[in-house]
Amino acid sequence: MDAIVPGSDADRLDPLEIPTLCPGAMAASQPWGASPDHQKALGFPGELVDDWQNVAIAKMGELLEKNRALRVYLDSCVKCGACTDKCHYFLGTGDPKNMPVARQDLLRKVYRRYFTFTGKYFPGLVGAEELTKEVIDDWYSYFHQCSQCRRCSVFCPYGIDTAEISMAGREILDAIGKGQKYCNEIIGKVHTIGNNLGLNKNALRSTLEGLEEDIEDDIGVPVKLPLDVKGADILLVTPSADFFAEPHVDGLIGYAKVFHAAGASWTISSYASEAANFGMFIGSYEQMRLISLRIREAALDLGVKRIVFGECGHAWRVAYSFLNTLAGPFDFLDQRYPIPQHICEYTWDLIQKGALEFDKSKNDHIRLTYHDSCNVARATRMGDQPGGQFEIPRAILKTVCNHYFDMAQDTIRDQTFCCGGGGGLLTDELMDIRKKGASPRMKALKTVAEDHGVTHMAAICAICKTQFAKVMPDWGFERDSILSVHQLVSNAIILQKPKQENDDDR
Amino acid sequence: MLTTIYACLFYGATAIFLAGMVLRITRFARTPAPLKIPTMPAPTTKSGVAYRLLREVTVFESLFRANKWIWAFGWIFHVALAVVLIRHLRYFVQPVPSLLALMQPLGVLAGFAMVAGLAGLWGRRLIVPRIRYITGPSDHLMLALLVAIGCSGLLMKFVAHTDIVAVKTFFLGLMRFDIQPLPSDPILLVHLGLVATLMIVFPFSKLVHAAGVFFSPSRNQVDDSRERRHLAPWAAKLEADRAR
Repeated sequence: MDAIVPGSDADRLDPLEIPTLCPGAMAASQPWGASPDHQKALGFPGELVDDWQNVAIAKMGELLEKNRALRVYLDSCVKCGACTDKCHYFLGTGDPKNMPVARQDLLRKVYRRYFTFTGKYFPGLVGAEELTKEVIDDWYSYFHQCSQCRRCSVFCPYGIDTAEISMAGREILDAIGKGQKYCNEIIGKVHTIGNNLGLNKNALRSTLEGLEEDIEDDIGVPVKLPLDVKGADILLVTPSADFFAEPHVDGLIGYAKVFHAAGASWTISSYASEAANFGMFIGSYEQMRLISLRIREAALDLGVKRIVFGECGHAWRVAYSFLNTLAGPFDFLDQRYPIPQHICEYTWDLIQKGALEFDKSKNDHIRLTYHDSCNVARATRMGDQPGGQFEIPRAILKTVCNHYFDMAQDTIRDQTFCCGGGGGLLTDELMDIRKKGASPRMKALKTVAEDHGVTHMAAICAICKTQFAKVMPDWGFERDSILSVHQLVSNAIILQKPKQENDDDR
Repeated sequence: MLTTIYACLFYGATAIFLAGMVLRITRFARTPAPLKIPTMPAPTTKSGVAYRLLREVTVFESLFRANKWIWAFGWIFHVALAVVLIRHLRYFVQPVPSLLALMQPLGVLAGFAMVAGLAGLWGRRLIVPRIRYITGPSDHLMLALLVAIGCSGLLMKFVAHTDIVAVKTFFLGLMRFDIQPLPSDPILLVHLGLVATLMIVFPFSKLVHAAGVFFSPSRNQVDDSRERRHLAPWAAKLEADRAR
């Protein structure tokens, strides 16, 4: 409850330390606006519409009819304060509008004014407010300072999830022509090219071939990364960052080695070459559905039997929780396997069957901890048991690495802190809020590094990996201290070299 | 005259409370939840969800994890309120069941606990900067209303007694549409007036959280999205144009 006086306490960092309130501290933090072209490509108005007020209220009314969560959450908050110290952006900035309840109130005050009896007749009493330009401005700032990580919803006595509120807020903003460039431009690329990066089929093919050569040079085993192979058993859908970014690509190499070791028939699709689904970030069911349908199309075209997702946090949310809704039913796939399946589930299955061999000492230079990515932790599951999303990645890591240490209990599992870059915030102009939002996680990491000599952190989310590579140097870690889980698998896995005719038999 | 006013007040308040809550609940129930969004880890069965909700409404599980002070004050207030309400049943049933008669001293104790819990919650609203920031006039008014109801009730028990037999006759009469005279003690009139106000305000205020908690998708959904396809009616219509 109290602000800390710098230097007063021991040097130990407290990830949960509550800052003093700094009203307006982050009011100016806004992402760049989407251009008219990017807006129109998604069916949104190109720029702020003339009667934006009416359009916004009408859109809010529509969402209230379509989404029970929004209605219940707007009605049920009692302002108890349980959530006020739970958001990493509040902890990192002290801006009171980054307290989950205050963020919700930005939307709730307008809801009350236009949709409730008390707000219409006693606005002052219940904090109801007209929708003004200033309110819209606040929405644009603060709904883009929510990474939709759901940490607040864990602690709310009614489970109010601010992610649902910020998604609705962004949807209304899109409807009046005030979209965000980063998300909307990327969604456009998925529709036209098939992935967030805009990597076309030929570029993708040569990238994968390049990786095959690298692996063979490295370990002498011809591990393949097949593209668009009809009749393959498994379709791998992975975030496009896996095709080139560090440490993502080392994760992709890890998946390929696991598939190779299992002798699996698998393929990547150039049409659905993206696991990420930014439709979720902008709260649009329709956009999320269109992106998801590409995966269905690809699975049907290639005639695969299974779908496996690579390491990506929000993608796994859309896959695990929404894919069946958005693009199902998947009655054409092999029903003996989970639909869809996470690459960690796939690898863990093989480990349990004893189908994979490891040399753990290959990771002995690494003292490791694991970052639970927010969407995986609080919006999905792995395996048969609740909580498998925490256990399975850790079980894999402990299988391939000798030195593993968890961070403080109140900063992991379902209480994990967001990396600071999720929810459509992973764009350079938001670097300030991203860095501030990362501080609770970084403090927890710093502590485990001091206590146990931890040198590296693994994650299974493309956004987390990119964000941490950017943020960790500020906290005294190398930018390559963030690792893919399957990168560690890749380091330790033992693959049989093919027998060659002139192989000397040593 | 006074009796008539209070009789009308209670008929009106009851009607508004019931109609308002039915309206709210039907609205919650009729609005579809398009996506599976339980806060994970979540139960994988319906009985598991029932148990999760039971824990939320009896021991305030999530709030306990969030903040021990809010939990302690909030839980004491709610449990005490429940006990006080049960105690008050004696004014609505004749004869009084022996269990209800036996728990009366506990009910009185709960009256104090209720006011203490409310005072704790109110104190936090005034003292903790974060909670002061999110507190509005209606939040103070609601607390004032509840504290005033509790205090006026305790005053009647310990300071200025009212003719409780006549009060009971009045309420038994109300329930049979047979209006009996209500004593005109000022504290009683304040107490009853505030209770009627609370009933009227209930469906239009944050007090609907009492119903909201059962309709919260993050708490009431089963984690089974891979096994069962969940599709809202409006979303099903989108599928008409789907090629395959």
